[in-house]
Amino acid sequence: MKALAARRHHRAAPVVLLLLALLVTGGLYAVLAPSPATAETASTATDVEEGHRLFQANCATCHGPNAEGTPEAPSLVGVGAAAVDFQVSTGRMPMQMSGPQAAAKPPQMNPEQTAQLAAYIASLGAGPAIPTEEQVDASLGDSANGALLFRTNCAMCHNAVGAGGALSEGKWAPPLDDVSEQNLYQAMLTGPQSMPVFNDANITPDEKRDVIAYIVEQRDGSAGGISLGSLGPVSEGLWAWVVGLGLMIGAAVWIGAKSS
Amino acid sequence: MSTDTSPSAADAPTTPAGKAADYLDQRTSVGGAVKEFARKVFPDHWSFMLGEMALFSFVVLLLTGVFLTMFFDPSMALIEYHGDGPEAMQGQLMSVAFASTLDLSFEVRGGLLMRQIHHWAALVFMASIVVHMMRVFFTGAFRKPREINWLVGTVLMILGLAAGFSGYSLPDDVLSGNGLRITDGVVKSLPIIGSYLSYFVFGGEFPGEHIIPRLFTVHILLVPALILALIGVHLFLMVLHKHTQYPGGGRTHKNVVGYPLFPVYIAKMGGNFFIVFGILALMGATMSINNVWNYGPYDPSPIGAGAQPDWYMLFLEGSLRLMPGAGTEWVIFGYTLSLNVLIPAVVIPGLLFTFLFVYPFLEARVTGDKREHHVLDRPRNVPVRTGLGVAFLTAFVILALAGSNDLIATHFAMSLNQITWAFRILFFVGPVLGFWITKRICLGLQRKDRELVLHGHETGRIVRFANGEYIEVHRPLDEQERWLRVNYDAHKPLEIEPATDARGVKRPGYKKDKRWQKLSRFFYEDRVEPVTPAELAAAHSHGEHDEVESAQHSPELVSGAENADREH
Repeated sequence: MKALAARRHHRAAPVVLLLLALLVTGGLYAVLAPSPATAETASTATDVEEGHRLFQANCATCHGPNAEGTPEAPSLVGVGAAAVDFQVSTGRMPMQMSGPQAAAKPPQMNPEQTAQLAAYIASLGAGPAIPTEEQVDASLGDSANGALLFRTNCAMCHNAVGAGGALSEGKWAPPLDDVSEQNLYQAMLTGPQSMPVFNDANITPDEKRDVIAYIVEQRDGSAGGISLGSLGPVSEGLWAWVVGLGLMIGAAVWIGAKSS
Repeated sequence: MSTDTSPSAADAPTTPAGKAADYLDQRTSVGGAVKEFARKVFPDHWSFMLGEMALFSFVVLLLTGVFLTMFFDPSMALIEYHGDGPEAMQGQLMSVAFASTLDLSFEVRGGLLMRQIHHWAALVFMASIVVHMMRVFFTGAFRKPREINWLVGTVLMILGLAAGFSGYSLPDDVLSGNGLRITDGVVKSLPIIGSYLSYFVFGGEFPGEHIIPRLFTVHILLVPALILALIGVHLFLMVLHKHTQYPGGGRTHKNVVGYPLFPVYIAKMGGNFFIVFGILALMGATMSINNVWNYGPYDPSPIGAGAQPDWYMLFLEGSLRLMPGAGTEWVIFGYTLSLNVLIPAVVIPGLLFTFLFVYPFLEARVTGDKREHHVLDRPRNVPVRTGLGVAFLTAFVILALAGSNDLIATHFAMSLNQITWAFRILFFVGPVLGFWITKRICLGLQRKDRELVLHGHETGRIVRFANGEYIEVHRPLDEQERWLRVNYDAHKPLEIEPATDARGVKRPGYKKDKRWQKLSRFFYEDRVEPVTPAELAAAHSHGEHDEVESAQHSPELVSGAENADREH
């Protein structure tokens, strides 16, 4: 104790005390703070009620007051919670502007509101439900089987490794590199926009998880260095000209200008 | 007593290198040739290194290619893959060729690096050939006596395409398999022989089991041997003709102004080789290329978005993408004529290559020029040639862009259909516009040259005379500058014999001559003549007071010519 008392007036003592105080406060807060409500639980009647009100405020203009559809937008009866979660959580709905295709944007609804909307639409008619965490867990999938499935079902629009591609008349298949596993599953299940539906008879839930595993594996990067967007020979050719020829001609000008 | 029959002891080499050289020289007399070559003079310009870049990329291709052949197995036998490759390839059914590509990329030490350097070198090889050809074309280096060497070079370029395409197809992945499928379609579109030829090439119905081994032989034996032999011819002819040089004072068709091969150009070429090798190694080490495991082993059913050939074949892809499909496939007496493939994949490239092959001869014919040329043209001084070159490149670039239309659509948020239509129109309009604009720019630059020669540089100095007149002082060009701007031929259209002879009898061959004259007029009707000494003298006398100060520097240019106002 004597040694501690001797250092009581040390210059660093206030700083140490302050750090300790912050640590204790932070630690206590972390332990005592209320944990956020988990929205994974089954929807309640209140959710449906809230979802209906959100729907009337944000969606009814195009989809009709009771989601029955209008000439501008399809009926949402029977599309299921999965479709709502995909469209709303990626920001595609509510739609920013009309165009060839609804573009993804920062989501307008928070996760709770999204869940309420999904609950309301699901209450209108049976449809695909939001997949469970186990269903979309990439680590449980077989990426080799996923690669096979991806090649035959997805690559023609989304590119061989999901870098995206063009469709007709200004539509496009978006790149998949930053799409969440849940959204990947939902997209396959519900076929948003130009995408075909891959129902569970077509690609089973396990196979869907394999596809997700393949897509997630692509995010580890390329063995050979910078991936150049994984866009194939066109971007490679562009870089051969820009980097290869650019550097070489620069060097040639330098050699030519060197006094002999 | 002396039995020494060698040259006197005083001349004998003393250093080890000298002794070795002497040993060699006594047995081969190579000394004379070395002396000759060491003293050979090359003109100095960076653009003369473009061909070198192609040559050095080819050396890199040979070196890395030899390494790759040690591990690649060109077999189309099917196996189930289990190796060090990516997770997604495990347990997949694939050809031995594809599996050995994975093995040489993931199991052979340095294999992926070698593969990537090889592929980057191939892209750069073709790119440097194209830039080299552009330099030769726009400076008129293909003129007599180098027409044959231009043909050799063009054949080398086509062989480069063949080497690239055959190599691209070897790994037997989905992407290259799709390329082969297109090749099969093109072969089948040939009238009458198409189907037979396709069976011949693939050894049966596509894809068969023979195409990869066959392409392997083409890729590692046939094409490289031809390229090597033709590079030999190309370089031999270059040495024989001596190198061309850019125009300038003291440079004529009878001399070469530059530095000797040894030591100057040996150092520069050696340095350039290491730079080319270094850049290719850097690219191979840091930028991934053709990740075949992304595409997967070939299977005729799937295709990925963004499936394109390497850039040098992109013009063919674009040509096919632009061709409208509806109504262009005809069935005549039960036989199909696929104009939708035949025109874009055979006729269009045929026209482009024909242009390259015949142009030197065409230009010589319409110029009526049989002299040798060793001094290069400045592109502006031959406006129609420069314009035609730009038109050719415009067509090529538009086709290559059309081959990338899907990526343009996604990256610039445009409609694929509209892009395709825009390119369909641009393919016809673009080259014409490119020709016209380039020709106008060339003529404008020539007029600017005339203006400069006649009136000199603006100095920005304003002088006021005693009578109140203001003038800007112009500084006359120095000798070198002037020489560059006046020493060129402004060719005139061909003049032909009259249609009838003195007795009014029709001359045979007149119509043919007339056609050539028409073409010649297209080339040389619009031209800007170089300034003649008389015009220069006249201009200087007219603008005498402009040169109140500078006249004494070049008194020989000031004379009292009468027609001072001719130029104004």
